[in-house]
Amino acid sequence: MSAASHASRTAVRERPSLLRRLLRSDQLAGWAFVTPAVILIAVFALIPIGWSLLLSLQSNNLIAPPHYVGLANYKALAKDPAFRSAIGHTLVYTVLFVPISVGGALAIAVALNRRIRGIRFYRLAVFIPLVTSTVATGIIFLWLLDPTFGLVNYVLHLLGLPQQQFLQDPNQALYCIVAMTVWSWLGFDVIIYLAALQGIPEDLLEASEMDGAGRWATFRSIVLPLLGPATLFIVVWSTINALQLFDEIYVTTRGGPLGSTTVVVYYLYQQAFQFFNGGYGAAIAYVLFVAILIVTLLQLWIGRKRVYYSS
Amino acid sequence: MSVQPIAAAPERFPPLPDAGPSRHRGRLPFSPWHLVLAPLAAIMLVPLIWMVIVSLETRQQATSFPPVLIPSSLHFDNYSAAWNAVPFGRFFINSLLYSLATVAGNLLFCSLAAYAFARIRFFGRNVLFVLLLATLMVPFQVILIPTFLIVKQIGLVDSVGGLIMPNLCSAFGIFMLRQFFRTLPIELEEAARIDGTSRLGILFKIVLPLSMPALATLAIIQFMWSWNDFLWPLIIIDSQAHAPLQLGLSQLQGAHFTQWNLLMAGTVMSQIPMILVFLLAQRWFVRSVAFTGIK
Repeated sequence: MSAASHASRTAVRERPSLLRRLLRSDQLAGWAFVTPAVILIAVFALIPIGWSLLLSLQSNNLIAPPHYVGLANYKALAKDPAFRSAIGHTLVYTVLFVPISVGGALAIAVALNRRIRGIRFYRLAVFIPLVTSTVATGIIFLWLLDPTFGLVNYVLHLLGLPQQQFLQDPNQALYCIVAMTVWSWLGFDVIIYLAALQGIPEDLLEASEMDGAGRWATFRSIVLPLLGPATLFIVVWSTINALQLFDEIYVTTRGGPLGSTTVVVYYLYQQAFQFFNGGYGAAIAYVLFVAILIVTLLQLWIGRKRVYYSS
Repeated sequence: MSVQPIAAAPERFPPLPDAGPSRHRGRLPFSPWHLVLAPLAAIMLVPLIWMVIVSLETRQQATSFPPVLIPSSLHFDNYSAAWNAVPFGRFFINSLLYSLATVAGNLLFCSLAAYAFARIRFFGRNVLFVLLLATLMVPFQVILIPTFLIVKQIGLVDSVGGLIMPNLCSAFGIFMLRQFFRTLPIELEEAARIDGTSRLGILFKIVLPLSMPALATLAIIQFMWSWNDFLWPLIIIDSQAHAPLQLGLSQLQGAHFTQWNLLMAGTVMSQIPMILVFLLAQRWFVRSVAFTGIK
């Protein structure tokens, strides 16, 4: 009885200021601040993520009303030979692109990490492809790799080597795409490695030299472990990007010749926006998403066991 | 001290000292590293130098074998021909609108949300933040088709507005700014609160002025991303009048794929703004990339 009356008395005392308190409270401010962002991200990310899952369970040509087909799209994917070869091309590309670009970037960053004349020019040369757009890169490499008048064939000619078909040869096109994307992505990895190299305390290196360790030993047992976090980030980031390869294919080979460069996302694009199989495209997207998630988690898990964090 | 994340990404990579003259042993008049770095620089630059050379040749020279390495006369008229072959001026304006609008949107909406996530306690904050982080992990291809359908519903297919709308606010930007805001000293903000400054006032007068490095990073990354974006414009834009530069360049490629001199002139023009910005703000570019990598 007395407790109830006490409660009602405090409620009465607080009531006049409730609205004012709400207006001045952090509740309102917090929500007011996040609302624009929440609406935008809900409409253009969260809802599409759910919708995409729904789409993947539908037969949907993006125009006529869709109808539910259950797991039929996924079952069809499992048996689709074109999808299987798209996965194969994506895997070959990723397995080549990631080690080449990460290893190359590490070597280049080490070479660029010194005080010699012209170092700013060398760095600029390595960074500048990074700001060259994919479309421009594609056009330039189409010319460089042209079988009849391209510069690369001219160099082979000067060296007395046989002429190649490059992007027009089904056995070479994917490797040419690897070379092209390594050229355009290298700068990104080099910048991160350079920043990490600068973060290594100099007294550590000096101590190692004092102990009589050679340059190679110092690099292997001190520099390389300290670059672990940067390497993990670059490997994860490059793998995600490699599995999502699309722009470079669109502007150079359009999946050809003979489908030899049709990677997963290019196949998705064909299905969804050329053949208007929206549901099938969504199913491809979800399979890709799950694959990326698994690969990323796997890399992070291996990284957690093997990467040394100094702080 | 408070701007630790940026301080961790050095401005211009003050280089570690070379191993010293004893290593050279006087055999070469220059550091042996030049023997590695010069060919590397050549490989990286040749494609771009070639782009410029071909853009100044005649149509025959551009496709002759052996290639014409040094054209006898320079054909600057390729540039006006390329400019007139497709509405290049339009492409530039569309790209500029797309890039600037998405940069402005991200700076505003991400700062507001990031500040709330960093400093204000409100109901549902943690759930919202986790949802936000979850969207970071989903590749764009997954949301591509529904996003197209949503933009179609709003009636913005084939318009610059349709390009901009889905990219006005990124979860990445919110996350990055939140991490940065949390490194700022809270005492200044608390003092301002006691003086009766509103949350909005604190954000704009205290937090944002202290966050210029992070804001510049977000602006540069978003600008570079929008300027070079290709897949979304390819899906959403049908007409030349609304195409941004990269899509327009790809259309020029489709229509004039045999006129390499003209195509290269168009490519040079499309890359000049970005390369200029890069040369002028190289320090900031490098910082921004290093910043994303270290966080």
